[in-house]
Amino acid sequence: MLELRHISYSVHDEAGELGILNDISLTIPDHKLMVFTGPNGGGKTTLAKIIMGLVKPTSGQILWNGEDITDLSITERARKGISYGFQQPPRFKGITVRKLLTIASGNQLLSKDRCCQYLTKVGLCANDYLDREVDVSLSGGEVKRIEIASILARNADLMIFDEPEAGIDLWSFARLTETFEQIHAQGKATMIIISHQERIISLADEVVVVGAGSIQHRGTADEILPKILSDTLGACPVLTRGGDRA
Amino acid sequence: MMDTQVDRELLEKIADLVGKPVGAFNIRKDCGCDGRQSTEHIEITGKTDKQGIDIRVKDGTKGETCHIPVIITKPGITEMVYNDFYIGEDCDVEIVAGCGIHNCGSQDSRHDGVHTFYIGKNSRVHYSEKHYGEGDGKGGKIMNPQTIVYLEEGASMQMDTVQIRGIDSTKRYTKFVCGKGAEAVVTERLLTHGEQVAESDMVIELNGEDAKGRVISRSVAQDTSSQVFRPCVVGNAKCFGHVQCDSIIMGNARIQSVPEIAANSTEAQLIHEAAIGKIAGDQLLKLETLGLTEEEAEDCILKGFLA
Repeated sequence: MLELRHISYSVHDEAGELGILNDISLTIPDHKLMVFTGPNGGGKTTLAKIIMGLVKPTSGQILWNGEDITDLSITERARKGISYGFQQPPRFKGITVRKLLTIASGNQLLSKDRCCQYLTKVGLCANDYLDREVDVSLSGGEVKRIEIASILARNADLMIFDEPEAGIDLWSFARLTETFEQIHAQGKATMIIISHQERIISLADEVVVVGAGSIQHRGTADEILPKILSDTLGACPVLTRGGDRA
Repeated sequence: MMDTQVDRELLEKIADLVGKPVGAFNIRKDCGCDGRQSTEHIEITGKTDKQGIDIRVKDGTKGETCHIPVIITKPGITEMVYNDFYIGEDCDVEIVAGCGIHNCGSQDSRHDGVHTFYIGKNSRVHYSEKHYGEGDGKGGKIMNPQTIVYLEEGASMQMDTVQIRGIDSTKRYTKFVCGKGAEAVVTERLLTHGEQVAESDMVIELNGEDAKGRVISRSVAQDTSSQVFRPCVVGNAKCFGHVQCDSIIMGNARIQSVPEIAANSTEAQLIHEAAIGKIAGDQLLKLETLGLTEEEAEDCILKGFLA
């Protein structure tokens, strides 16, 4: 179980202190699929990075399976079963797709068949990709799918995916949602997916809307989707529909 | 031959040799010949006028490998060696060179080697050399390899040259002269650390119609080491040339990368790229999220980059 207690995060710039996350508390039970959604800049990615240890919170506590992991490093959290798929994954000159999957799996003898299974789940053919380097010769969509495959290979207890759909074509996206459904149906991993896609939101056990650094709504997909749709209509708070300033 | 543990470890490191090599070979140790074998198709003979050997590969030789590693295990050795390769026509062979220095003394150990290849029509040669130094003595481990290659019509060479680590000073010179339809592919991998210095000059002359030249250079400079690269591709005919230099800089190291392309024909198509930078922070973070420590992540990135 993952527990976030009063998580806040702020940065300092010339204008003073800017709050990014404000007193977020959240409990995610084991084996649930949770979707974080909400407007850009609302704090979703920062919250996910705080769970992985990529960002250190200004205050608050993170508990994983009852253990306080707030001060643990990224590596220590990874070894305790937390994984994170980057929204914009880095590229590596000289590291092949096979090597990356091998590192992710923690199994130096990872077989080609297993690699093939991970890549197939994200819509890639192993024969075309296993020996290719994860470098600039790959498109953004290809790198993104390899990133997701690395999280599948990691097979962690907590899988965090940051906008997995970004840059992925419709055909691969359909395959990807099937994969998320399968993982969820197996009931072995807890998943947090940051997404704006209705199809992914509809897979969630619970949807958390994060905006302006706070949790704005929580509920099932059926409860939350209508709220999202109503919030996105006439969204500008400054101008009225007639074009006049409010 | 391969008498000591040091010999065996050096030979495995620089030429992947475990036990007696299969096929033609010449093992040079501490200025002398430590073992030599010719085959039906590859003849190795010692030079009589200077240090070195001649390697003659008969026309049509295919699928054979020739090992010619050099090891220096005593301090204070300085040698200048000339090895000439005469590759016949329609061959497809692999040549494994390389030099390893073990220096536990206070005097420098130095190997200067000039390899000259004459590669006949339509022959393919895969040439690899690895350079490595070890030993905790104060004596320097110095290596200055020169490789000169003449490719006749339709001939090609893939040259893989690696400086693994431990070489205090190196000045490398590589030159290819490519005839009609010939192809030169050079991959250079180089690591310097401590106060080491490395210079690499390379000239690829594309003289014949449809000649191709490709240089891929990757290097890592750590600590206070310094490196200078000057790869140059010259297009003298309808040809294609590409130079790509990538370096990772660490600590207080210095790297100078000066790729050059020169066209003396309107039909020459030449490209160069060069990049120097430190290890990207997001690369380290990504590998840490996969369970590696920061040190393991750095090592993994460097090994991959230089593989």
